[in-house]
Amino acid sequence: MTSKTVVSTTINGERIEFLCEPHQSLLECLRDILGLTGTKEGCNDGNCGACSVLLDGRLVNSCLVLGVEVEGREVTTVEGLADWRGLHPIQQAFVEEDALQCGFCTPGILIATKALLDREPDPSEERIRTWLAGNLCRCTGYEAIVRAVQSAAARLAQPDEEMAR
Amino acid sequence: MSAKGQSAQPFRVVGTRPLRYDGADKVTGRALYGPDISLPGLLHGKMLRSPHAHARILSIDTSRAEALPGVHGVVTAQDLPETEAQAARDHVLASDKALYVGHSIAAVAASTPHIAEQAVQLIKVEYEVLPAVVDVMEAIKVSAPLLHETMKTRSLAGESQTPSNIASHLQHVKGDPAVGFAEAAADGVIVEREFRAAMTHQGYIEPHAATAEWSANGHLTVYTTTQGTFSIRDHLAELLHLPLSQVRVVPTEVGGAFGGKNDGYVDVAAALLSRKTNHPVKIVMTRAEVFLATGPAPGAFIRVKMGATRDGRITAARAELYYEAGAYPGAFVGAAADVIFGPYNIPHGQIDGYDVVVNKPKAATYRAPCAPPVCFAAEQVIDELAEKTGLDPLEFRLRNCAKEGTRQINGSVHTDIGCCQVLEAAQRHPHYSTPLEGAHRGRGVAHGYWGNWGARSSCTLSVNADGTVSLVTGSVDLSGTRTSLAMQAAEVLGLTMEQIKPSVGDTDSIGYADTSAGSRTTVATGIAVVRAAQGAVAQMKERAAQLWGVPADTVSFDQGMFATGENPDKQLTFAELAARLSETGGPVTGVGNVNVEEWGVAFGTHIVDVEVDPETGRVTILRYTAVQDVGRAIHPGHVEGQMVGGVVQGIGLALHEGYVYDQEGQLLNPTFLDYKLPTALDVPPIEAVIVEVPYPKHPFGARGVGETPIVPPPAAIANAIYHAAGVRMDELPMTPARILEKMGVI
Repeated sequence: MTSKTVVSTTINGERIEFLCEPHQSLLECLRDILGLTGTKEGCNDGNCGACSVLLDGRLVNSCLVLGVEVEGREVTTVEGLADWRGLHPIQQAFVEEDALQCGFCTPGILIATKALLDREPDPSEERIRTWLAGNLCRCTGYEAIVRAVQSAAARLAQPDEEMAR
Repeated sequence: MSAKGQSAQPFRVVGTRPLRYDGADKVTGRALYGPDISLPGLLHGKMLRSPHAHARILSIDTSRAEALPGVHGVVTAQDLPETEAQAARDHVLASDKALYVGHSIAAVAASTPHIAEQAVQLIKVEYEVLPAVVDVMEAIKVSAPLLHETMKTRSLAGESQTPSNIASHLQHVKGDPAVGFAEAAADGVIVEREFRAAMTHQGYIEPHAATAEWSANGHLTVYTTTQGTFSIRDHLAELLHLPLSQVRVVPTEVGGAFGGKNDGYVDVAAALLSRKTNHPVKIVMTRAEVFLATGPAPGAFIRVKMGATRDGRITAARAELYYEAGAYPGAFVGAAADVIFGPYNIPHGQIDGYDVVVNKPKAATYRAPCAPPVCFAAEQVIDELAEKTGLDPLEFRLRNCAKEGTRQINGSVHTDIGCCQVLEAAQRHPHYSTPLEGAHRGRGVAHGYWGNWGARSSCTLSVNADGTVSLVTGSVDLSGTRTSLAMQAAEVLGLTMEQIKPSVGDTDSIGYADTSAGSRTTVATGIAVVRAAQGAVAQMKERAAQLWGVPADTVSFDQGMFATGENPDKQLTFAELAARLSETGGPVTGVGNVNVEEWGVAFGTHIVDVEVDPETGRVTILRYTAVQDVGRAIHPGHVEGQMVGGVVQGIGLALHEGYVYDQEGQLLNPTFLDYKLPTALDVPPIEAVIVEVPYPKHPFGARGVGETPIVPPPAAIANAIYHAAGVRMDELPMTPARILEKMGVI
């Protein structure tokens, strides 16, 4: 049995501490230790994007980050998108554009979309497709996802939406 | 975009696009999938898998694994009772032989997944490695190593004299093929070609997972990601010798299935471990395990010969289909035989299908099982016939198009189908008449179909006191069927979507439902839902009659309002009457139980423009249009989603997806890096064109839509490549290397 390390970090805006073994991935820590099962494991080798989270605002595959690496940093998962006001405009756009079927890749794609729109509020279709090429979706054929990202960008461009988030 | 239906929209809810019920939970991360299940005291299971494609298991020593701290138990095939279902038993835990790399041998339960992984490495298995056979055409040779030493070939003639890797041989004959080919030879054209297709995987992103809890009273509960809770229950009960009533299977959300989550892979091992350790046990597969030990759609070798007269009338067709079933029989070659020439009226034909075992994982169904490879073969031969007879490819197909009453080579007769209608809609579509300019570009079309399984479904519909309705079915929702079923109930009950709460019951809470497969749920379970709703309405009419003191047969229900011909002043809304159920006899529950025996069919015609890079062999898809008869689109948005999603899977099969094995039967690409699914960047915008030729057996005319869209893409893309680069492709996937090879560049 490996001895455990205390990790102090901020997850979805909340400062927390957790104990993990040094070899455990951030994905494993989120899912198995913290009960944040919204982040999904599709391949555990960085090829599907289902485990996408933001680490200090940067898009990462949480299966490729160790739990101990998030010491003192900020993690955002799908559970951190909606708040008391309701769904985040990106989530709203995905529901309204029917941009999901089974929904298993959806948390990762929502997070990837947030990472894109945080940097580039008005991306072209080509840019959206390129950006999302790291997130596999087997159900939708991507058509509705691209539409939802465009719709989310338009929603976030509304002054009140931008202020609110 | 949807084309207008043939008739004016007569419905209030059917044909609209309400938001999906499961959307909010899925975008917030709350939806629970197979790997998300946790129970108090949970242990984690891992499987030991064979490193050899074919080996006799001489001994298994689990003592070192059992001694590892944190390990609670190890099971092998010895923990399973003897059964007549030997192949099913051996498939979940091999007893005397491992038949493919990845075949499960043993399972360990430990306090963490990491300890379980370590323990698996400590199990010592002594193997006698045997020669393996991985190619279907090698496996049929008399000299090939036998996977099952006593298995003989079943056919209409009985059983073969000697054992063979050919599990079965089916044959359909119509007319006299010799006569048909003689006619084409005398004054027409004949084309004969051979094709190959690699094994492929359904590629769902959620791995298989099962969590089992065996209670002290002998009752077993399994939470799992599956298309069919009842088929998993039956599987568990059969292999564990339990009464059906003692097994409860609870469905989770399913993170993609496409036919690959009908079978149980880790459910039995999790149950055995739970019994042995007295804890709940969860087993979640890794991605490599998913590739190695689940799913694959069979690889195939296909020979097709077709003849046509000079004026483009098909006179005869002949096909030989050799499908790789993997380690155990059951490649669904019958489905390939059913659909290969199904869209056409062909007077003379013969189809031979062979179900062949090889040292690869047991094949499973994958969206329109076996159909994409036969469509790839037949539709290229048809394209060539069209070219040689100087006809437009859609015109050629229309001249031979199957209609109501057409007898297929397999003997069945088409009922009312939209086969010609989709071809005509494709012909009329602007995509087909838009000139395609530029070098190395080509346009291809293909036409294909898939049947809709009916089978058993059940539904319970409870009327609540506030006028809302709870709708429970046993049909697992893979892609939005909770919504499409609720829409059908809303239509009958005169309610809004917000007033209906649909859910999927576990096997203790609802009547039997066959697995959600074969494009059946919206159609067959839809019929059960409509019956349940009608049953509830009939009971409520009686309640109204009781309240009003009028005969029940005078009570009508229209637009959500109960009324009686006896007294125009007496009217009650659905909600008003629902509030008075307790004073008129208690709850109202509508029940619908069906076994739909008819098979519907849904045809699709696809048009694709590609550009082939003559230096790299890379194929870029420029434009894609999919036309499909959907009967009646219950939820057009979901229908378009199925069509676009199916096309993209078909593009994957066409251009880059395929298992790669070495001679020893080692799978060389069990990762998403090396087995490449299409990404957002690989596919163009795809236009889904809905044609509606209502299916008379469904109350609203719906046909199953999910599978047809994957059938034509490999063929359409192959035909487009031919028109772009002048080469006929004969192997799936059509990788850049294979294209360059055909072009003589490498």
